[in-house]
Amino acid sequence: MGKKFSNLLLEFAQLHRFLMRFFRELVTPPFEFKEFVRQCYEIGWRSFPLISLTGFIVGFVFTKQSRPSLEEFGATSWLPAMISIAIVRALAPLVTALIASGKVGSQIGAELSSMNVTEQIDAMEVSGTNPHKYLIVTRILATTTMIPILTFYVAGIGLFGGYLSIIANDELSILSFFTQVFDKIGFVDVFAMVLRSVVFGFTIGFVSTYIGYNSTKGTEGVGKAANGAVVASMFAVFIEELLIVQILSLFS
Amino acid sequence: MQRKNVYINHEDCVIDVKDVSKSFGNLHVLKHVNLKLYNGENLVVLGRSGTGKSVLIKLISGLLKPDAGEINVLGSVVNHLNEKALRALRLRIGFSFQNSALYDSMTVRENLEFPLVRNKRNLTRSEINREVEEVLEGVGLSQTINQMPSELSGGQKKRIGIARTLILRPDIMLYDEPTAGLDPITCLDINSLINDVQDRYKTSSIIITHDLACAKMISDRVVMLLEGKFERQGTFDEIFSTDDPRVKPFYDYNFIV
Repeated sequence: MGKKFSNLLLEFAQLHRFLMRFFRELVTPPFEFKEFVRQCYEIGWRSFPLISLTGFIVGFVFTKQSRPSLEEFGATSWLPAMISIAIVRALAPLVTALIASGKVGSQIGAELSSMNVTEQIDAMEVSGTNPHKYLIVTRILATTTMIPILTFYVAGIGLFGGYLSIIANDELSILSFFTQVFDKIGFVDVFAMVLRSVVFGFTIGFVSTYIGYNSTKGTEGVGKAANGAVVASMFAVFIEELLIVQILSLFS
Repeated sequence: MQRKNVYINHEDCVIDVKDVSKSFGNLHVLKHVNLKLYNGENLVVLGRSGTGKSVLIKLISGLLKPDAGEINVLGSVVNHLNEKALRALRLRIGFSFQNSALYDSMTVRENLEFPLVRNKRNLTRSEINREVEEVLEGVGLSQTINQMPSELSGGQKKRIGIARTLILRPDIMLYDEPTAGLDPITCLDINSLINDVQDRYKTSSIIITHDLACAKMISDRVVMLLEGKFERQGTFDEIFSTDDPRVKPFYDYNFIV
């Protein structure tokens, strides 16, 4: 029990050191701008097909499932307003973060871990390159930048899915749909979405790089790192969602 | 095919390992070891698997820190340097990894450019290209410049790994099992390349190996790591003119069996 507790404290100390080093390397030149752009492409652009499909389905299915409840009160005309709040405030950031945890988190965890196993990180170190700056800072910055962008995209495509679900039963022009949507969304909703997505993006990048970079040697370690990155990122995202909801409710 | 053009300066010690110990948990890998490498020398470290040979060169390059003792490389004590000073010192130390450690998401050209563009930022594109082509020609693999590491053979990977370290023109080369897993002909090629590198770039080298043919061909001096200590050292012939049961089987396996 005592040993487990001391191991846990050691892990926290290591996490803290890793985080502080990230901020230190972030502000000290030289900057690996080219690698950052490459990571944005890998993390953002390459996630578009999966994110598009998921965002569309979430919007479509959520609207379809919400219809019967509103129908009971004859309030189906409230559907655009309701789905806009649900998608912008909660679904878009959460769905994007969960998809990114699976796709991006496992990719970063496995990549860094296999670089560790094959001594590529040591090779960078001995050739006078700072692997923390090249591998860690660029990836964390890329997830923190791209996940908010993907979240806006998921919100848009989710709302479009909701619109298609509505017009399967009712007549509604796309202009009128989006007018109702934007009437209902306020600055606080957009701010909440951006805040969530930035926090989730940073968390996914930080957790996955930490696990991949510190993975134990061996091929088994690669699998464990990929799996651990996904599980730990998702867990952290849910905990953060819970905290952010509580904090935002204090201001609304 | 033994070493020729040997110019060892015994006045100039480029690596001085003093009383160094290293343990991993309860496993005491190195126990108060001492070692010197002189300018222009090729020093071969022999020993059984798990005796701490690779640990020794990782300590020298600052990838690991010793539990006790001092490692002096080119006038700087490695284990007392801060990160910035250590990074500057590492530019003068080339490290050839056992599995080559090529960046598998980059082409051969990008692998060779990687240390160059980060450490010599004033070079123009044409100068970088010239350096890459020159060093690649030096290891006889100009035709692989646009290939990915996955498209190369084991021997080619080793050569590219050596080329990547040479591009920064190091004063010291550390080779971790340069001939491991290669066929005898490719081993001969790699051994010739190591001698060639020493002649052309005037480096001093530590070579970790199990391969006695390699040791015979490239060594000026051989040290044998036994039970965490350097028990024997001398020329190749001196080391193996013994009936020591810890040393003799090594020789017998390589040259008799």
